[in-house]
Amino acid sequence: MTKRQKRMAAIAALLLGLGLAAALGFTAFRKNMMYFYTPSDLLANAAPLGAKLRLGGLVERGSLRHGEGLRVDFTLADCEHRVPVHYEGILPDLFREGQGIVATGSLQPGGVFVADEVLAKHDENYMPPQVAQSLKGKNGQHSCAPFKPVTPGGAAS
Amino acid sequence: MSSSFWNMGGYAVYVWGSYGLAAAVLAWNLLAPRLRRHDILKELSAEE
Amino acid sequence: MWTWFHRLASPPTFYRLADRLVPWLGLLAAGLLGYGIFGGLLLAPADYQQGDAFRIIYVHVPAAALSLSVYVLMAAAGAVAVIWRIKLAECVLVAAAPIGASFTALALVTGMLWGKPMWGAYWVWDARLTSELILLFLYAGVIGLNQAIEEPRAAARACGLLALIGVINVPIVHYSVEWWNSLHQGSTILKLGRPNMSADMARPLYAALLGTYCFFGVALLRRVQNELLLRERGTAWVKEQLRSAHV
Repeated sequence: MTKRQKRMAAIAALLLGLGLAAALGFTAFRKNMMYFYTPSDLLANAAPLGAKLRLGGLVERGSLRHGEGLRVDFTLADCEHRVPVHYEGILPDLFREGQGIVATGSLQPGGVFVADEVLAKHDENYMPPQVAQSLKGKNGQHSCAPFKPVTPGGAAS
Repeated sequence: MSSSFWNMGGYAVYVWGSYGLAAAVLAWNLLAPRLRRHDILKELSAEE
Repeated sequence: MWTWFHRLASPPTFYRLADRLVPWLGLLAAGLLGYGIFGGLLLAPADYQQGDAFRIIYVHVPAAALSLSVYVLMAAAGAVAVIWRIKLAECVLVAAAPIGASFTALALVTGMLWGKPMWGAYWVWDARLTSELILLFLYAGVIGLNQAIEEPRAAARACGLLALIGVINVPIVHYSVEWWNSLHQGSTILKLGRPNMSADMARPLYAALLGTYCFFGVALLRRVQNELLLRERGTAWVKEQLRSAHV
């Protein structure tokens, strides 16, 4: 092998090794790379009661109730399951029924998820209001696809 | 220009802030190599 | 093919080619960016959900796309510099880093300015935002390494290795929104099939995107020219350039 071919082989080996290490690392720590859990994960008992976690899903249509002051109650759903959420605080501008959100908080003994922060998670579709109006065929709900369960059994159970 | 254009639906700070920063990055990327070229030419001609 | 390639990689040939390319690329960049910004601010309708805040996309997405592409270019130049020891590749590698870093920073900051009003937070540690921040650190590492090593050719080769190691982060940034769940939404423009954006919104975005790449071409060529002058100091063609620059 010439020196040049040796360098070429060394770089190929370096990239291959790095790629392999990254793939293995990310497979092993897949859960840690997830930003949020879904209602399916919660109901599959993926998280202990009272543990702080983020919960992502769609605010179910017709579930939003405004309480006293800044208190709100709503239901958060992924494609399979739903969890009641209670929150007191300022909501982002994009918060509305049918919208994706990520709430930080913990699951309480009664099965209610009490949140202390709510962030909106919008999707990658952009359109003017008229187009959105004409597309609002079914129920105007956003896709639940981005809210995939983290745990393998999350969706099935 | 109408005031609603500048107001950006209440998001003026965020929208104009983003465009302003983009303009700054573009300007820096044009100016920095030009100034450096000036310095290099000066340095090299001093060597001659 | 190889002789043509070697001629192109010769410093004086490339220097003069850059001089001829820059005006055209600059014109293209000005036209496309002009239309993209004007269209993004005035022609495109407001989004049905995000209203006018969505207009940040016309600076955020081109900056983010460029931040990844420039890194790939830098790593490719790094491989050429390490394997074939071609001087031009060293110049491209060193010249691309500060431009890439500036657009990565722009992508991060415009993203924050977009995130605050829409998501409700400037910053979250999800996979997309975190990996893009790591991209900025990688650029900073290449810039710092280049400045730390005195001998320019040794510096460029060290930077080339670092750029190659870091290239593993590029697919991670790009696919982070698909491999893991994140607060950041999926890709709008690189998704084939159904359109994710109405045409009157997408046209200025594509123009801004292309214009940003042309602008990068101008900035890169100018910086590569500077590097070539420095590394080829004392040669006949640099002396000739010095004379013509001073008249």
